[in-house]
Amino acid sequence: MSIEIRNIVKTFGEFKALNDLSLNVESGELVALLGPSGCGKTSLLRVIAGLETPDSGQILFHGEDTTDRHVRERQVGFVFQHYALFRHMTVFENVAFGLRVRPKSTRPSDAEIKRKVHDLLQLVQLDWLADRYPAQLSGGQRQRIALARALAVEPKVLLLDEPFGALDTKVRKELRRWLRRLHDEIHVTSVFVTHDQEEALEVADRVVVMNKGQIEQIGSPSEVYDTPASPFVYQFLGDVNLFQSRVHEGWAQVGSAKFAATETSEHATVYVRPHEIDLSRIATPGAISGTITHIRLLGATVRLEVEVPDHDVVEVELTRERQQEGAWQVAETVYLIPREAKVYATV
Amino acid sequence: MKFKQSSVLPGFNLALGYSLLYLSLIVLLPLTALFAKTMGLDWATFWAIVTEPRVVATYKVTFGASLIAALINLFVGMLIAWVLVRYPFPGKRFIDALVDLPFALPTAVAGIALATLYAPNGLMGEPLDKLGIKVAFTPLGIVLALTFITLPFVVRTVQPVLEDMERELEEAASSLGATRWQIFSKVILPTIFPALLTGFTLAFARAIGEFGSVIFIAGNMPFKSEITPLMIISKLEQYDYMGATAIAVVMLLVSFGLLLLINGLQWWMAKRLGRRK
Repeated sequence: MSIEIRNIVKTFGEFKALNDLSLNVESGELVALLGPSGCGKTSLLRVIAGLETPDSGQILFHGEDTTDRHVRERQVGFVFQHYALFRHMTVFENVAFGLRVRPKSTRPSDAEIKRKVHDLLQLVQLDWLADRYPAQLSGGQRQRIALARALAVEPKVLLLDEPFGALDTKVRKELRRWLRRLHDEIHVTSVFVTHDQEEALEVADRVVVMNKGQIEQIGSPSEVYDTPASPFVYQFLGDVNLFQSRVHEGWAQVGSAKFAATETSEHATVYVRPHEIDLSRIATPGAISGTITHIRLLGATVRLEVEVPDHDVVEVELTRERQQEGAWQVAETVYLIPREAKVYATV
Repeated sequence: MKFKQSSVLPGFNLALGYSLLYLSLIVLLPLTALFAKTMGLDWATFWAIVTEPRVVATYKVTFGASLIAALINLFVGMLIAWVLVRYPFPGKRFIDALVDLPFALPTAVAGIALATLYAPNGLMGEPLDKLGIKVAFTPLGIVLALTFITLPFVVRTVQPVLEDMERELEEAASSLGATRWQIFSKVILPTIFPALLTGFTLAFARAIGEFGSVIFIAGNMPFKSEITPLMIISKLEQYDYMGATAIAVVMLLVSFGLLLLINGLQWWMAKRLGRRK
């Protein structure tokens, strides 16, 4: 089922959480809402769910206005960051909850509930935990149970609020791959909130980058990463080096390097990602000279810090082979050659 | 299970030793003395004293009124805790402080105030009297006094649990299609139930032992509105120490039995929730 969000405004006192925001989510899509904390992504998700009422604007499910419909009637599955499992119920009863609270006329029989709950527990691969209580499960297991519980009511839309935020890195990576596979299996329209760009890029069909209650960019993971629409998106989607520069006849100058500045402005900022810089010992035209101050090993990659006169410290990321080939040393003078760069006018 | 398990916290021996010594001096010693004193009676005399019809009538009044008062406060206390936690309103802090007042007030003062209010010529007693309801000098008055005295218990045990309860639980239930009543009965109530039970137990235990506030409003008519603690006092006033301790022992045993029962229930529930092994 598709979701259409039209001109939503939501304020909390003085704070504008959502500022005239519109968004379409296609049927069967997995969309990530990505942004820093306080950007309004969770508020948007809660507005879609009906847990918050917008000040103005509309929410349409499959073309039908649901803005004033209670969360109980929206048929959304909501998964919380801290699981929100019912502690006094077994795993089985937690998953069965949504079926058991139905009015008598539409409530499935006990046998039907039992079959359905076990199917769902099998889907989340935790059938063997049916008789346990949530307190006896690990964080990753709890979140999978929470997901099974949300799916039990056959929601038209699945909403996940930082579902992996409270888990450790390893479990998180496992679970997000698992979520992706699960989505490919059941194809329910899903929206999930995250502040982790890696998670958004890996899991989502489309990424919605948000900032200050508005959408900065919507696109596929490669679109938002490769062609960021704004400096904010560029900075948010990965590490970046900034060079403040003056624009001279359409060129932003950093040391002896020149970058084409499309916009006419006196100042511009040049954005270069750490892994998109080559190092050289020979001065070539367009290279920026600097001195290596630190070399740090980060597993498969090596991060070098290079001090460039008149600019901040520049971070360069190399693969280990490249570092070994180059045999770069601290205190050495090097020339930086950016392979890719993006220039934004500074206002 | 080993008696002592290694712990990062130092001072286990010292802390346990002090706790046991303290409990022995404050709780066990007087109770033991009570039992020892009763041992001076032979079984037949003891039985005759504690089963005397007038005394038996006081057991009924005391335990019955205490149970009713504790039950009333179970519901009212939960309601007050709910209002204090969930709704913002002006004067909330004042109301919050008011709840503790029955704790702070000397019980005799409470008793006299209630007796004056509910006496047939009192502010509340007069209109009620016209309706044919007598409060003062009846068992109803005892229930009233005990309800007043035990009000804070349930409120104060349930309040923190309600405050800590994640709102997400209710939101989750709501998104799964539960109605307000289903959310209350299936999610909120089971969560606060252990606290409710604790509050109920405390209120009940306190009510059984209550003396000061009750005697003024009870009227103390034999077989009708006499409470067991009053029996003990009147025996003491007649220098019948043996009789007084005999009745005290019965009260103690019954109270202990009831508390044990409720604690057992709590332990069973905690175990069921997987909080304890």
